[in-house]
This record gives sequence, structure tokens and C-alpha cells, in this order.
Amino acid sequence: MTVTNHNWRKFKNAFMQTLTCVCAVLVVLPLVLVFYHLIRQGFTSLNWAFFTQLPKAVGEKGGGMANAIVGTFVLMGQAALLGVPVGVLGGVYLSEYGTSRLNWWIRFAADILNGVPSITWGVVVYGLMVVPMHGSSALAGGVVLGLMMIPLVMRTTEEVLQLVPGGYREAALALGISKWRIIVQIVLRTASKGIVTGVLLALARVAGETAPLLFTAFGNLGWAHSLKEPIAAIPLLIFNYAISPYDDWHRQAWAGALVLLLLVLFLNIGVRFLTRSKFSARGT
Amino acid sequence: MTFNSFFTNPQQGSPVKVESGVAAATAFDIRSLNLWFGSHQVLFDVSLQIPVRAVTAIIGPSGCGKSTLLRSLNRMHDLVPSARMEGRITLFGEDLYSKKIDPTLVRRRIGMVFQKSNPFPTMSIAENVTVGLRLNGMRKSDLLQERLETSLRMAALWDEVKDRLNAPAISLSGGQQQRLCIARALAVKPEVLLMDEPASALDPIATAHIEDLILDLKKEFTIVIVTHNMQQAARISEHTAFFYLGKLVEFDTTTKIFTTPAQKQTEDYVTGRFG
Repeated sequence: MTVTNHNWRKFKNAFMQTLTCVCAVLVVLPLVLVFYHLIRQGFTSLNWAFFTQLPKAVGEKGGGMANAIVGTFVLMGQAALLGVPVGVLGGVYLSEYGTSRLNWWIRFAADILNGVPSITWGVVVYGLMVVPMHGSSALAGGVVLGLMMIPLVMRTTEEVLQLVPGGYREAALALGISKWRIIVQIVLRTASKGIVTGVLLALARVAGETAPLLFTAFGNLGWAHSLKEPIAAIPLLIFNYAISPYDDWHRQAWAGALVLLLLVLFLNIGVRFLTRSKFSARGT
Repeated sequence: MTFNSFFTNPQQGSPVKVESGVAAATAFDIRSLNLWFGSHQVLFDVSLQIPVRAVTAIIGPSGCGKSTLLRSLNRMHDLVPSARMEGRITLFGEDLYSKKIDPTLVRRRIGMVFQKSNPFPTMSIAENVTVGLRLNGMRKSDLLQERLETSLRMAALWDEVKDRLNAPAISLSGGQQQRLCIARALAVKPEVLLMDEPASALDPIATAHIEDLILDLKKEFTIVIVTHNMQQAARISEHTAFFYLGKLVEFDTTTKIFTTPAQKQTEDYVTGRFG
């Protein structure tokens, strides 16, 4: 009796273990497939010209998307300038200052905003910026991506700050350190890794946004000479090329997608390297 | 700063006769302290004079309000929105809860060591010791260096860490981490040291280290220690306060509390009949 019980239990254990392993692999599988497909379709179109030249007209061989690559950097830089400070400070308020009643409303608003379809953001900024400024602009593109980052960054910042043990705050408080210094030097420093991760996830998310940019940055076949002009971006170019009927453009679109993915990947690695903690052994 | 004008030197504190047999200059003077968390009352009408340059132990079963009392001495309850306090606490004659007083300045005069050692994980050993000075605006590196060594020596940790001051603080053992926390508290030159079960998470050898340290420190500091360990209270303290259900049952010299207590409840507790 006990032996059968034991075997049955061992079987259940092995079964569940296999099941969780399969699920874990299923999570990684799409990434591998996407990568494989992108490399297979896009790698052949990647060459020096792709990174240095402007797009060529239909039918002409060669050309690249230098303007779109730079444009994506410009847009993400603007988005980070707007989204990171506002998001992090908002998260600090939620975690360290806010009253529970007000916090509930702020969190509620942030969660709703996180669920708003990106095209809605585009339409809103179109009404707020593009119409009054009489035209699409890089600035409007940066603002829309920055606005989308704020609720994301705010919520993750709040969550990682909550994970900092209260004992550190108390220890600092007992040393007679003022609250803002505790927040900057103790709490934010302890949580820096988590905040960086949150910011990167938010940046990676907006890096691939296309719909809001259609209303704001619009795209540009050449270079934008100021933030008031429309600007090209990799996702916009992918979108335009992919819906075109030309094989040549399709290949360029695949290469663009590959570049976008690599860009997010290198951004991740780079920022992690720059902000790595002095004491690499520690857990958090 | 206003608190300096109120401030009386520890040596000049007024002698106060406390209950039977306790007579010394007073550091903390607690009068009719009542404390609530929300509608739940935790401390009931506690009056207690804590003598200067001595170790005062607070004992009692879990949930009797020992830690709550300790934390009211450096205004840690300010953080808890639901906490409400009545009564008066003075330190060397100065009202700690006066509206004119900045709580951060109060806390600079009162060091605290917690049950769970909590060195800052992002900082090195040296940075942990000097953090209180640095974050209060001290910039002079020679002074920081001097205070670093003095504090670590006082905490009996200098010899163990002097060759790796820039190593991460969390690379130390549990007992060393706790002594580091004591050094960190000492570095800002407090007048009083509050200890909330500082050795309860440590092994017997590390505990003995901490107890030796406390015996050393009491020559210069007023120490209030909350402890679950009655042998520890007997070993290191001059005075002992016994709390039960939020009330001060008895306060007297440690010898008297452990040999001939006046209250039946105290006797039952120290002889291990309950709690």
C-alpha cells in the first residue's frame, strides 16, 4: 500500500516537473523563432549602406535606413527625458509619501493608462500638439512615447521601492538623516537595479511603437533638420515597407525589424553594464 | 539650533530618586505615557526615569510593549500614521515631542541598534560607518577617517575589518554586521544608545561579543536595551524594567528585580513560571 502510494507520488512529481519545464520552454520558443526568422530574412539585406544611406526610390537597388535609425534614437531619447524623471519621481511619491487614498486613485489611473491602446495616445497627442503646431514633428513623437512610458515607469518604480526592506529606512532615520536624503541615497540606491530594469522594459516597449508615431512623427524619407520637422523611425519604415508590393522593400523591412530587435538588446546590455553595482555579489 | 539652548549636559542632569533604591542622574524622563495604534492601546500610563551612563534593561513577554516604548524614545512612531501618543518624554530635561523640535535632530542625539542587523547593502564597511555623518553634510575626509576608526574600535570591530574597509558590508558575518551597525550608530556621537534585542539573532559567541561591548560602552553612554533573554538582562544591566500587557509592573535595580522583586508578577516571570 505505502509503496504504491509512494510510486504514485513520484509519478505525479515527475509529471508536474516535466509540465513546468515544457511551459518554460514554450516561453522561450517564440523568441527563438522570431530571431531565427528575422535573421534568415533580414540578414542578407544588412550591409554598410543599410546603416549609412537614405532610402532609395522604388526600383533602385541598395539604399538604407540611416535616417530611421537616427530617428528612433532621437525619439527614444526624448521619450526617456520625459518619461524617466516623471515616472521615477511619481513612483517615489507613491511609495514614500502618498496617502493611501490618493495613492489608490493614482495607481488606478496609471493602470488604466497602461491599458490604453497606443493608437489612442497618438490621436490625443495629434490633437494636443500636431494640430496646434500645424504639422507632424519629432517633438510630438517624443512626447507621445514619453507619455506612454510614464505610467509604466511609475508603477515599476513604486513596486521595487516597496521591496526595499523597511529596516534600511529605519536605520537611516535613526541616524538623524533627513527624509529626502534617505530616499535618494539609501532607498533609490538600493533599488537602482530594479528601477533600471523597469525603465529598460518601458523603453523597449515604446521603441517598437508604430501607431502613435503615424499621427505624430509621421515619418520622413530624408533627414529631419529640427525637432519641429517630421522624423523617420524604424517601426514606421517597417510598416510602410511591409505593406508595399515590392520584394526589395520587404527585404528592407525584415532587416529593419532585425536592427530594431538588436537595438533593444544592446540597449539592455549596455545600460546594465553601465549601472552594474559596485558589489556584484549581492542579490538585489 | 534651538535644541542646544535646551540641552543640559549629561553630567549635570538632576538627581532623581526612582522607586526604591534607584538613584541616579536621569537621561530619559517618561511621564504618563499612553500610546495607541489606531484604536488599540499598547502602552498604559508608563512613568519611568532612565538613569544616565548605565544600562537599563526592558524585559517582558512578547507583545508587552517593550519595543513600542523603546521606539517612542527616538520618535520612530512618527512614521506610523495610526500611532497616537499622550504624555511627556524628556531627554536631559528637553521635551522630545515639543512642537519646536525637529525629529531628525532628536534622532541624531539618540542612536539605535535593531534586532535584525541592517547594514546598507549598497555600501562598503567604511561607507556604512560614516553614512550618518556624510549624509548630514560632513565633508572633511580626515575627520571622517578619524571617526571611522574610533567608531570601529569602540564597536570592537576594527581589528577584524581594518584591512578590508572597502569590502561590501554584507560580506561580514551576522555578528560582525551587528557590531558594524553599532559602530554606525556610534559614529554620529549620540548621547544615548537604544538597543532592540540586539543579540537575539546571534549565536552565543557573537552574543558574548555584543555583551562585552555594551559593558564597555556604558562608561560613556546611556544605554536602553530591550531583551527577551533574562540572563542577558541580569548580566549587563544596572536597572531593569518589567513590562506586562503594556503596563510597567516594576522598575528597580537589576539585583532586586531578579532576587527580591516587590511584585508577584515580576517574580513569576523572572523565575520562569510564565511568559
